[in-house]
Parts: sequence; structure tokens; C-alpha cells
Amino acid sequence: MAVTDAREATTAAPRRRREIDPRYALGRTVKYLVLFFFLVLVLIPVYVLLVTSFKGSGDATAARAWALPSEWVLDNWSEAWTTLAPAIGRSLMMVVPASIISAILGSMNGFVLSRWRFKGADVVFTVILFGMFIPYQAVMIPLLQLVLGIGLPSGVPTLIILHVIYGIPITTLIFRNYYQSIPTEMVEAGRVDGAGMLRTYWSIVLPLSIPSFVVVLIWQFTSAWNDFLFAVFFSSAQNGPVTLALNNLANGSILANYGASMAGAILASAPTLIVYILLGKYFIGGLMSGSVKG
Amino acid sequence: MLRDIRRWGPPVLLISPSLVLVGVFVYGLIAVNTYTSMTDMHTAAQTTGRAPVQFVGLANYWELLGSDSFQHSLKNLGLYTVVFLGGALLFGFMWAWLLDRPVRYEGVFRSIYLFPMAVSFIASGVVWRWLLNANTGDNATGLNRLFQMVGLSFLQNGWWNNVNVGITAIAIPAIWQLSGYIMALFLAGFRGIPEELREAARVDGASEFQLYRMVVFPQLTPILLSAVIVIGHMSLKVFDLIMSISKPANYQTKVPAIDMFLFKSQYDYANSAAVGAILLVIVAVLIVPYLVHVAREGRR
Repeated sequence: MAVTDAREATTAAPRRRREIDPRYALGRTVKYLVLFFFLVLVLIPVYVLLVTSFKGSGDATAARAWALPSEWVLDNWSEAWTTLAPAIGRSLMMVVPASIISAILGSMNGFVLSRWRFKGADVVFTVILFGMFIPYQAVMIPLLQLVLGIGLPSGVPTLIILHVIYGIPITTLIFRNYYQSIPTEMVEAGRVDGAGMLRTYWSIVLPLSIPSFVVVLIWQFTSAWNDFLFAVFFSSAQNGPVTLALNNLANGSILANYGASMAGAILASAPTLIVYILLGKYFIGGLMSGSVKG
Repeated sequence: MLRDIRRWGPPVLLISPSLVLVGVFVYGLIAVNTYTSMTDMHTAAQTTGRAPVQFVGLANYWELLGSDSFQHSLKNLGLYTVVFLGGALLFGFMWAWLLDRPVRYEGVFRSIYLFPMAVSFIASGVVWRWLLNANTGDNATGLNRLFQMVGLSFLQNGWWNNVNVGITAIAIPAIWQLSGYIMALFLAGFRGIPEELREAARVDGASEFQLYRMVVFPQLTPILLSAVIVIGHMSLKVFDLIMSISKPANYQTKVPAIDMFLFKSQYDYANSAAVGAILLVIVAVLIVPYLVHVAREGRR
């Protein structure tokens, strides 16, 4: 028995129980029930979002709070779209350049901090890494004065610059960790052949970096898209990203129009959710490197 | 000498733009912020240089730390962090444990538990503001209405409107969003434990529960540590959720990041900067020992 177990352990599907003990069967049922219960719990806000967004004004009573719409209408959606569409456009114009520039900078930094090292590379890395953890509140006032002082245009251009700068630590970290997994020999071979740093980077390292580029692009895309702090300090309702516009839509009037703001919340989350659904594996890759440091 | 430059020159040149940017925008601005926090820049005229600004040392800090309002913010921040951290760790760990052994549709469970992470706090704040509606009885909507419907009326409450513990209601959406992330961390931890280790314990006659308690859990300490760091430093920066659920002017749910924003809106840059600096110190107390620890581990 132990022998077969050991053999099983080395194959792809190591843990499959052969004979099902009735005690396990009961335990398993309970386990699935528990898992399903939590599934429902997690999805409650989704139900509310969807159902409320399709409700007409006739359904806006407390008694029908959790009921399905008596009539499915699209008014909320068209209102939300009219209000948010310009801001969604601005968010796209902000996150696309911001994430591409961040990824390029991070890749260059990661390369020289791991595979083309110089004296003091570790110190430089730690110095950069600390920037990842600072609460931005601790730089916001002088940053505001600096941005106004230089005369940067409020809105998208400023936000791109800020997302790139404050994205340097995390993108550097992700690329550095990834490049450390590339065998030294491959880079050394380039060195021996007399290839310079840029050629080694361009022809050996860069082609291997596609997966971490995807991870970094997704990470920066998501965090810039979801950012609210920089948006509220450095842009206005007229030139700001979608988080700001959504918050104004939801908190603007005294009598909140929940239907429209819920439709708006779905619209505003759609891009990041689509990325999550299509590229979930890479999304999780970013999460992991964001926490497990080394 | 020339050879050294040719060896070290290119990489240093390549990284210097980033280094300069981080140097200026992180370290430089922290220094300026610290200075501003020690001045009397409390009016709009001073922020634009139309009125003189004077150095006042730590006066702003003493005033802030002595005020009931800021102490309330700090207390709120502590409470929020404890509840958020505890909740996210509890659910995240439980889900990971449930999914550790082969489960059918594991991918579905995992993806759904994790998806709230992809949503912004502002967007989730929209729905949670509705869910955490304080009305009870006939006017109840949100979770209070749901409690009535499933026969748990006694659970109805005013959520974030309670001045003492209202902030813990704001932690609920935060837990909803981040538990999946903690699950993913722990799941990676569970899967990283070699199967041989589990087999060895089974051969030694360990029950499944003993196996987890004696063999698996102790291996997860590093994961627990990084989970605490990630959630802890996120929690200390809480801002978006409060802006979106309870509005910044609400005393019940005030935290330092909100104070910082409010001071800035009143052109009280000195106090705004001081709150920012206090937040930085709180985060540093948590992060610096961790970074040192990680750096040591890496060298070993």
C-alpha cells in the first residue's frame, strides 16, 4: 500500500482516494454544502447589483428591495452610460499608456537588478521597494504643490505620470523576481560572446519576459483603473477617470438613484473583470508576486 | 578604472531614471512633507505664498494627537484593522483549507471567491452602501431586509451609523473583497508542501486532522506573515471605501486618511501633512521589520 502510495505521489494526480468510506461520503457532502453556502454569500452583492440595475422607478420601494424587477427596464443603464462614458474613455486613455510605460521601466530595472548586476544592486532594490509600501498620504501635499508648481495639466496626463512613477517599485519587483528564475548561463553566454548589456537584454532576456510582461500589464492596468486616491487629488469630475465619475454619480444627489449607480458600478468594473476572466492565471501571478517578496 | 566604468556604467545608467524618480517622488517628497507638517501653513493664503509661513516644530503633532477628533480616527483605524484582518484571514484560510483536497469544480469556487478582488473599492462601495442601509423595520432595505426575510430580524442594526463601532461595518466589504486573495495565498502554501511529507505523516499513523495540525499548518507561517503584512498595510490606508459608503464628513467612520483629505480641502496643509506623516510612521512600524526580515532570509 505504502509503495503504491509513494508511486502515486510522484505522478500527476497524486491524491485520489480509491475506496469511499461512508464517513467520508457524509463529510464530503457537508463540505460541498459549506463551499456552496460561501459561494452564495460572495455572490449576494452581484445579485443586488444586477437586479437593482434593471429595476424601474416603480420597484423602488423597501418592500421590493430583494425582489426581481416587476418589469425589466434599461433606463438605469442608459443613464449610467451617458454619465460615465466620457470618464470610461479617459480611464482607458490613462491606464493604457501608464501600464505600458511602467512595464518597460520595470523590465529594465528588473534586468539590471538581477542579471546584469552592479555594485550596490541590493541596496538600490531595497531603496526602490520601500516606495511600494508608503501610504501616499505621506507625499500628497508636497506632490500637489509640485504638480501645480510645474504646471502639469490636471487630469489624465498628470495621472499617467503618477501611476508610472509610483508603479516603479512593484513592476521592478515582479520583473526582478522573474528574471532571477532565468538561468545565469543564458545571460553569461551572451556576455562571453561579447554581447553588450543592451543586446543581451534585447535578444536574450526580453523574448523570455512575455509572461511577466502580461502579469505586470494586468497589475498596473487593474490598479490604475481602480485607483481613487490620486484621482480625487489630481483630477476633477470634468477630466477625471471613471472611479471619480462613479463616485459622483453614486454620492452626488441627496436622493441617491441606486439603479443608475449600480448599473454604473457594473460598467466601471467591466474592464477589470473581463481581464480577470480572460487572463485569471496571470492576474493571480501578479497578486502572488505582490506579496511573496524575495 | 575605465574597465570598471564600462562594466558598471551601462546598468547604472539604465536604472538611474527610475532611481531618480523614486528618490524625488518618494524620499524627497516625504522630506518636504515632514517639513510642511512642522509649519503653521493652515490657510489658503499661505499655501500659495501670499502669507508668510513659520516653522513651529512638533506643535501640529501634539495638537492632533491631543484632540478627541483625531484620537477617534486612530481608534477607528485600529478597530477597522483588527476586524478586517481577522475576517479576511478567517475566511481566506477556511476556503483554502476546504479547497486543498481535490474538490470537483474547484476552479469555479476559486474564481468566484477571488473575483471581488478585481473590482474597485468605489464600485463595490456602491452596492455595499445599499446593503448596509441603516433603516430597520418596514423601511428596511439591504441586509436588514434580508435578515427579516430569513427570520433573523434580531440581527438588524444601524451598521456604520454607530459612533463607537460603526467603522467595523466598513470592514465587511473589505473582507468581502480581500478574503479570496488570502485564500489564493494559503492555497499556494498548501500546494507547496511536498506530498511526501503528508505521506510520511500518514504512514506514521497520523489522522487527517493531526496531519494538518502538526505537519501542514506549521509550514504556512511565512504565508500567514505576508498575508498579515498585505492586509495590514492596505487596511491602514483605508480611504476609498469610506468615501464611497459613508461620505467623508461622517464622524462615525472617520480615519486618518479621511482627516488628511478633509484638512487638504480646507487648505490646512500643515495638519494634512502631519496626518500623512503619522500614517507613514504607523505603516513603517509594520513594514520595516518585515522588510529587514525578508532581506535577511534572502541572504541566507
